[in-house]
Amino acid sequence: MHNEHTNQHFQLRIDNGEYIEAKDYMPDGYRKHLIRQISQHAHSEVIGMQPEGNWITRAPSLRSKQILLAKIQDEGGHGLYLYSAAETLGISRVELIDQLHSGKAKYSNIFNYPALNWADIGAIGWLVDGAAIVNQVSLQRTSYGPYSRAMVRICKEESFHQRQGYEIMANMMKGTKEQREMAQDAMNRWWWPALMMFGPHDTDSPHSSDAVKWKIKRETNDELRQKFIDKTVQQAEIIGLTIPDKDLKFNEKTGHYDIGKINWDEFHRVINGNGPCNKQRMEHHIKYHNEGAWVREAAEAYKKKRLAKQLEIA
Amino acid sequence: MAKDTQLDLWEVFIQSKSGLPYVHAGSVHASDAKMAMQNARDTYTRRGEGTSIWLLPSKNIVASNPDDNEMLFDPSNDKVYRHPTFYVMPEGAKNI
Amino acid sequence: MTQKEALFQYCLRLGDNALILGHRLSEWCSRAPFIEEDLALTNMSLDMIGRAQALLKYAAEVEGSGKTEDDLAYRRPEPKYFNHLITEQPNGDFAHTIARQLYISTFEYYFYSDLEKSKDKTLAAIASKAIKEVKYHLQHAADWTIRLGDGTEESRNRMQKAISDLWMWSGELFEMDEVENSLLKDGIAVDLIPIKALWSNHIKQVLTEATLNMPEEDYMQTGSRKGIHTENLGHILSEMQYLQRAYPDAKW
Repeated sequence: MHNEHTNQHFQLRIDNGEYIEAKDYMPDGYRKHLIRQISQHAHSEVIGMQPEGNWITRAPSLRSKQILLAKIQDEGGHGLYLYSAAETLGISRVELIDQLHSGKAKYSNIFNYPALNWADIGAIGWLVDGAAIVNQVSLQRTSYGPYSRAMVRICKEESFHQRQGYEIMANMMKGTKEQREMAQDAMNRWWWPALMMFGPHDTDSPHSSDAVKWKIKRETNDELRQKFIDKTVQQAEIIGLTIPDKDLKFNEKTGHYDIGKINWDEFHRVINGNGPCNKQRMEHHIKYHNEGAWVREAAEAYKKKRLAKQLEIA
Repeated sequence: MAKDTQLDLWEVFIQSKSGLPYVHAGSVHASDAKMAMQNARDTYTRRGEGTSIWLLPSKNIVASNPDDNEMLFDPSNDKVYRHPTFYVMPEGAKNI
Repeated sequence: MTQKEALFQYCLRLGDNALILGHRLSEWCSRAPFIEEDLALTNMSLDMIGRAQALLKYAAEVEGSGKTEDDLAYRRPEPKYFNHLITEQPNGDFAHTIARQLYISTFEYYFYSDLEKSKDKTLAAIASKAIKEVKYHLQHAADWTIRLGDGTEESRNRMQKAISDLWMWSGELFEMDEVENSLLKDGIAVDLIPIKALWSNHIKQVLTEATLNMPEEDYMQTGSRKGIHTENLGHILSEMQYLQRAYPDAKW
């Protein structure tokens, strides 16, 4: 009776547009959903460092090297903000990382694709971050306070990411024939996976309804995907890139672009572990996590020694 | 081998300009105060957001219990006489 | 050697140190022991690459042949690179990176404090920006040396090994040749002789606090002043210069 009352009260607070804070009452489902979503988001930021990291040592100018490094560093920072937000829900970072390694927690499918040429760095910034930003802008108003605050900070910092990616693409399209080919090749490989980032169609999305009711998610997968398509098509055209979709057409009636069929088989295949880089990404993370164990252990041991010394003195 | 750890949790407060209040920015992990300071700096002031940092171990934070909200905060809602707009000033009086 | 040639060479040496160490530090990205430390190492890498950019830009200006800092970074072969050999040593484990950072940032702390007083206004300006960064790098390296040295048995062994392994590359930091000597006369370059003692004292102090042993005086490796490197640099450059070399007509 009491619990039901509290769930009702909770929903009332949500409906009133209030933010929920860490110590506030929340239904278990809400907490679980948040942990799943925030940790998936955090892991995506962290795993997302890898494909771009593949090009740090080969960035073609000092300027681009700094930009790329700063950007990847931001992704790490964003992962950190999000881990912090998840920790307020009573799960530790150790547990979060364990869940990533055991496969219980997921990360964005997009990072299971390889970054093959320098234009991929452009495409990742422009398309992948561009898609992420559409989602993140919407999440700034998510109902959980710590998550919302992390998203506000992230959005502020992300704004340069998409621009730097688009700048790379634009420059390459103004460059040599080989550069233009690289740019189009990257476009061809990243366009569809970027559209899949928004998740399954609303009719097929298992988590959407609760998430919308609780205002964790403020807009649906399809709404967000459409926003991204509508703004990106023009950006591609203006620098001379072709969107790899022969069915892409502006729909006068709806005022939006219609697209061809998304290959959901590929989506499910990659999500289930058969993307080109799933194993590589996870092995990388596990390897360096394990290699760092002795460092973390040493830091703890040093702390304990110092504390013991302080007590001795006192 | 000892149980894996991601080190202790610290809360970070940043003052963005001298004179302004310190605002909670988020948290970092670190095993000692010096490391926490360096990590807070690298995490939360990469864009010149700060002129000063406060840190405290998260476990030392004392937070009010939401169940006490009515008791703690509602009684102050009817103390209208604490607000300057409560008072009626004679027409024409200046600088008050 | 004219003064102009000496100054060009001097800027290349400093710029190459920053570039190659920055490159090495950037290799840590997504590989650090925990995410906060990943950010810290990347930050230091960014400091270094920014400094390389400023120094190589100035080198190009001094040379006066219309080159850019990118031409200097991406189109020179190994023998035309003059970074200290220690900067190109592999990252190794975290202890090796910290030991490398400790040796280099201690050196740079004294070096850039002095270069701030250079009669060359550009170098002095670069130095006064660099010194702020270096102070942080040094603190970071010293703190970690102490934590690892006085941490667990494993971390102590690893840290001691790293300190010893990298020792033979440290002597080169203090080598002076006609480049330094001719610029020193004009108050442009830094005199490295007094820095050596300061460096040793500071390293000793940190190692003592870390309960580690200072390596014995021993044979020091040399070569980079003349463009003779370890095998590492070739690999670094073949990665770094790949796009510029593979597509020489492209602008990026």
